[in-house]
Amino acid sequence: MNDLATQLRQYVNENFLFGVETKYSDDDSFMENSIVDSTGVLELIAHLEGSYGFKVRDEDLVPENLDSINGLVQFIGRRREQPAVIS
Amino acid sequence: MNGGFVTRVFSLDDLTLDAADEADRIVAAIRSQVLRQLRRKGVVVGLSGGIDSSVTAALCVQALGADRVFGIFMPERDSSDDSLRLGRSLAQQLGIETVVENIAETLSGAGCYARRDSALRQLYPAFGPECRWKIVLPSLFGNSPYRVYWVVIRTTDGLEVRLRMPLDVYQEVVAATNFKQRVRKMMEYYHADRLRYAVAGTPNLLEYDQGFFVKLGDGAADLKPIAHLYKTQVYQLAEYLCVPEAIRRRPPTTDTYSLEQSQEEFFFSLPYHQMDACLYGRNHEIPAEQVAEALGLTPDQVERVYRDIDAKRKAATYLHERPLLVQDESESQW
Repeated sequence: MNDLATQLRQYVNENFLFGVETKYSDDDSFMENSIVDSTGVLELIAHLEGSYGFKVRDEDLVPENLDSINGLVQFIGRRREQPAVIS
Repeated sequence: MNGGFVTRVFSLDDLTLDAADEADRIVAAIRSQVLRQLRRKGVVVGLSGGIDSSVTAALCVQALGADRVFGIFMPERDSSDDSLRLGRSLAQQLGIETVVENIAETLSGAGCYARRDSALRQLYPAFGPECRWKIVLPSLFGNSPYRVYWVVIRTTDGLEVRLRMPLDVYQEVVAATNFKQRVRKMMEYYHADRLRYAVAGTPNLLEYDQGFFVKLGDGAADLKPIAHLYKTQVYQLAEYLCVPEAIRRRPPTTDTYSLEQSQEEFFFSLPYHQMDACLYGRNHEIPAEQVAEALGLTPDQVERVYRDIDAKRKAATYLHERPLLVQDESESQW
């Protein structure tokens, strides 16, 4: 597991699972497993923008970017290569 | 035929009820709940000029008599003039005593408008009291399953801007506007206390089940006489109870934001008659294909609504939860 995945898992555990032990893989869907709800998506966006320094655009709001640990890792990786910095 | 049994196919008629029988049943329940269980002399109803509060008030009048039903109009800066006008026409028809309690000053004192405007200025610095605005959700049938809230702001020169709401702005705006429902409920209980009346809540099944209410705001009440009825059934009762036609024709609105906003723009996925059918389908485990055919939607669209219903129901658990105790009161050692 890479450092970014570990960081994200820690964030998800603390913010959406409140430290309650829940087993899910890095590919498991947050929505299908009821880990992130609609307000949670807003929280996730705020976390990405605040911690990783890029703007989440409207077209980024798709499950392949935001719905699993691995999706987030790849999304952040792509954005780091082509940053759209928050103005 | 299926193994000797007739397989019944869902139709919108499944939501049709016998209005006279249902009204009688609710009237008997209100009478028993208010006078015997709650031991209160009558009922207070907040009147919004909408279908739900109108039907609730009309049922309470049938149950208790007009002299035991007290109606309250609670306009504020953003509510529509229609709300008061239509509410008054209902009260006049029912012959109930009413009062107008303008809650704008109370809301202002609590900082409702200032806190809300300050949050919106983070997003749109030119936002001011002259701007009209509302919060909207994108269609459930759009490309993304993520439905994040947008604010629509219309300036005095007709410019309209749509901006996606970040978490902090969204939460601050919702928290500030929730003062409206909570102040209204506080006012209802003021009158209930002075009259020794109970407070009747006005949610229908869609709102109650899906959590379309503010906890300790419009979610608070001593009885909720129509919380088991689909919205289309509330309209059926409205017709039976002769609720004024102007109220029956009025599109459901949140009446919370200064721009006109439908309930499906803010919360529900579909217009209420379609939403009712989907909720009925979900509750009765009717295959999405059947509901889709009755509504002119695709099965995939109905499946999406079913998932949205489940998600909202889950989110509503917190709203319905009573205060949690460490031990049941019957187990108290003290």
